Amino acid sequence: MRYLPLTPDDRRAMLAKIGAGSIDDLFRDVPQSARNAKFPLPPHAGEIEVERTLTKLARENVAAGSEPFFCGAGAYRHHVPASVDHLIQRSEFLTSYTPYQPEVAQGTLQMLFEFQTQVALLTGMEVANASMYDGSTAAAEAVLMAQRITRRGRVVLSSALHPHYSETIRTLAELHGALVMPPVTPGRAEDLASLIDNQTACVVVQNPDVFGMLRDLKPIAEAAHAKGALLIAIVTEIVSLGLIEPPGATGADIVAAEGQSIGNGLNFGGPYVGLFATREKFIRQMPGRLAGETVDANGRRGYVLTLSTREQHIRREKATSNICTNSGLCALAFTIHLSLLGEEGLKRLARLNHARAVQLADRLCKVKGVQLVTAIFFNEFTLKLPKPAVEVVDALAGKGVIAGVRASRLYPHERSASDLLIVAATELNTDDDIAAYQTALAEVV
Amino acid sequence: MLNKQGRSTTPGDSAMETVATISGHRGLDHEEPLIFEIGRDGVSGVDMPEVELKNDRLGGLTRKQPVGLPGLSEPEVVRHYVRLSQRNASIDAMFYPLGSCTMKHNPRLNEKMARLPGFADLHPMQPHKTVQGALALIDELARWLETLTGMPTVAMTPKAGAHGELCGLLAIRAAVNASGEKRTRILVPESAHGTNPATAALCGFTVDEVKATADGRVDTAALKAKLGSDVAGIMLTNPNTCGLFERDIVEIARAVHDSGGYFYCDGANFNAIVGRVRPGDLGIDAMHINLHKTFSTPHGGGGPGAGPVVFSERLAKYAPLPLLVKGDHGFHLIEDMEEAYVSGARPFGRMCAFQGQMGMFVRALAYMLSHGGDGLKQVAEDSVLSANYILASLKDVMSAPYPGPCMHEALFDDAFLKDTGVTTLDVAKALIDEGFHPMTVYFPLVVHGAMLIEPTETESKTTLDQFIATMRTLAADAKAGRREHFEGAPKLAPRRRLDETGAARNPVLRWSAKPPAQAAE
Repeated sequence: MRYLPLTPDDRRAMLAKIGAGSIDDLFRDVPQSARNAKFPLPPHAGEIEVERTLTKLARENVAAGSEPFFCGAGAYRHHVPASVDHLIQRSEFLTSYTPYQPEVAQGTLQMLFEFQTQVALLTGMEVANASMYDGSTAAAEAVLMAQRITRRGRVVLSSALHPHYSETIRTLAELHGALVMPPVTPGRAEDLASLIDNQTACVVVQNPDVFGMLRDLKPIAEAAHAKGALLIAIVTEIVSLGLIEPPGATGADIVAAEGQSIGNGLNFGGPYVGLFATREKFIRQMPGRLAGETVDANGRRGYVLTLSTREQHIRREKATSNICTNSGLCALAFTIHLSLLGEEGLKRLARLNHARAVQLADRLCKVKGVQLVTAIFFNEFTLKLPKPAVEVVDALAGKGVIAGVRASRLYPHERSASDLLIVAATELNTDDDIAAYQTALAEVV
Repeated sequence: MLNKQGRSTTPGDSAMETVATISGHRGLDHEEPLIFEIGRDGVSGVDMPEVELKNDRLGGLTRKQPVGLPGLSEPEVVRHYVRLSQRNASIDAMFYPLGSCTMKHNPRLNEKMARLPGFADLHPMQPHKTVQGALALIDELARWLETLTGMPTVAMTPKAGAHGELCGLLAIRAAVNASGEKRTRILVPESAHGTNPATAALCGFTVDEVKATADGRVDTAALKAKLGSDVAGIMLTNPNTCGLFERDIVEIARAVHDSGGYFYCDGANFNAIVGRVRPGDLGIDAMHINLHKTFSTPHGGGGPGAGPVVFSERLAKYAPLPLLVKGDHGFHLIEDMEEAYVSGARPFGRMCAFQGQMGMFVRALAYMLSHGGDGLKQVAEDSVLSANYILASLKDVMSAPYPGPCMHEALFDDAFLKDTGVTTLDVAKALIDEGFHPMTVYFPLVVHGAMLIEPTETESKTTLDQFIATMRTLAADAKAGRREHFEGAPKLAPRRRLDETGAARNPVLRWSAKPPAQAAE
């Protein structure tokens, strides 16, 4: 067994030192009734066999890169530079723990400090934490934080917030107050302002929304602030912030975002990296880990985990959150990729994404009976099809085009969603992909 | 695990001379500025075409100000992050006996498998028929977890141990609500991880602490006395945070069940019993499994992890969405509450977007397949053997609050340092200079100045012996009043002790461009 260094001789010598007759002696505190468990599992296997088994399973999937591919709805297929994956696999990053001993974890701590700065800059907020599990859990934590700050329970959710996010928020926040959501109106901003009252903790709006439509958050921020409520802005496509107004500039109090698009692959849904940013005055109510600057005994600049009195290991049942870890390695991938992009690279990437989406939308709308539902968008838009989207998606998959995410998968009980298709384009889509999609769609509808 | 309780965070008088160099670098240890201090305008590490946006569809909602990101070329970025990496301790480079964290070897085969395009390049919402292999992998991993725990169901989506605890407690809450009973209290032993009470509170329960006995276990009589019709359940770690198996666990489970409550087990220490003991045989109703501990997915400097939760029959139907089912047309995910209800399930809700930490699932399954049932049993046995070897080799010079045998980690307190002027923190920092990562210190809270040593099964006897010899010398030096290894330690790390008190008092959480006036100075 290649991962186990102890030899039979070692084990005998160690048992002798311990004074135990056998390994069973060391398990003597296990109750008698639980000592004879049977485990019907295969025996150990070499690298060759494991590779063979898993490669076979991998081949039973259609990898996104193998066909023209247009799914978004909260996860986006972008290019990740080769150096990102190389650097995150360095032993010292990959196989280290949470930086509890700062003298020997300056690499991770400085990286987290850089990450926090990048997230704050990108979202236009004052401070950011060292990451959350993903965008959806960051959103739920943001709502809990708003409920703590305002000491109010009621939460207004945009109906064009990704339904998985709404459901994740509901799981945690409903305990502290009612969740209110207007009817779904794809391609049109719903009236959120009239739902905000003096008991409202926060209003949660995604931009671009789940249908890809861009939202103007300013009027919603004003309506929320007029009633003493907070605006939580959700971003699931973080590349958009290279081109569009950041939430911090439009009055957001908390930003919860999915950072997967920068540095991280699709990975069938995880691991991803949640971004969490807010105003400086709220930092002591923030969940999650924070890296802070300090000095060492010789006066040299260094970094530590800080403000841990908010956290579970000190505060226990009074903690701001039960979160113990972050998404460190995914945050590292984000930080390296964004460092590579820089101001110019991010802007070009965002423009290229928008240009591709515009090109795709224009081409697909040439197909008879297909209409664009979202007039303004970044790299994702929604089409109204002349047939149920479930049939179209299926037929297109048969023709080798992964056409997008049908709205009915996210809104199964919304009859108006049945003919809607959410389509994303990124820098990875070629002219050929777009032409293939148009041709196949024309054949199918 | 944490190590901040009771420790001094001021550097004190540990300042002393370092070798001065002209550049500030010291050999292979480079001083590295922040990325924002290196970058400049007009450079990028990514080549991409510049496109004209003639007819944009942005509705005028465009960014008015630059982001403020620095520009760097690829070689500069690579050097920056390589230099940062060199300032980290890692399990690949050194013994890392961080108790409660299970810092075992991370096989690179697992990394390779997780990067197969058929897993890594899959979108979470592709049509089900294009992801049958991925769903089959999740199903296979679930089967291994069910077999290893003897539990009938597993919820795969929780993204970390604490997220798993949340999942378990939300299921208990749902079950209690369904019964119409008013059960608002959760019992938690005082030795528990901080996440346990934090999670219970997050779910709206009140937390009631249960005392430990003198032998480091939960006080069964005290626990039974607290049970009643208002207790929703208990959260117990087993093996517990003192590294001991809870001998009375079956009796405790029976008492909890008899009173109508549920038994949540914190599975952080599953490594000690994997392949040998099934938690289902102990009467547990829910338990999270840290794939990043027992099943070797890399810790990554603090995540990402994965914390699937196994459930007993009593809680199975409350498992969260999505549900993975196999039908006539292969696997599919039930993502909708109504569809779940039709199938008889009563999910409490959803933990997160999509279907969990697929990247971690692939790694964990590669690890399981590599070990097999026989190898996993050997993992548990070697981890327990190694911890007991450390306990037996150090208990005469250090102080062990509880007699052995321990499970996978050996706990010491600071009684052996009494009147020496040396603290647990000093011992930890001295170990850094000796080339070892410190053990977990000041946790669990139930012993004074705790040192919790978890060697794991992936260390050779030679490494264990080197560590033991070092610890023996440090203990002897402390008792003999020889302070040089302790005072001002660490002296050989990239940084000396850092001012944590100052960091918290005046938080600087991001880099900011200096205002022009200051910058000109």
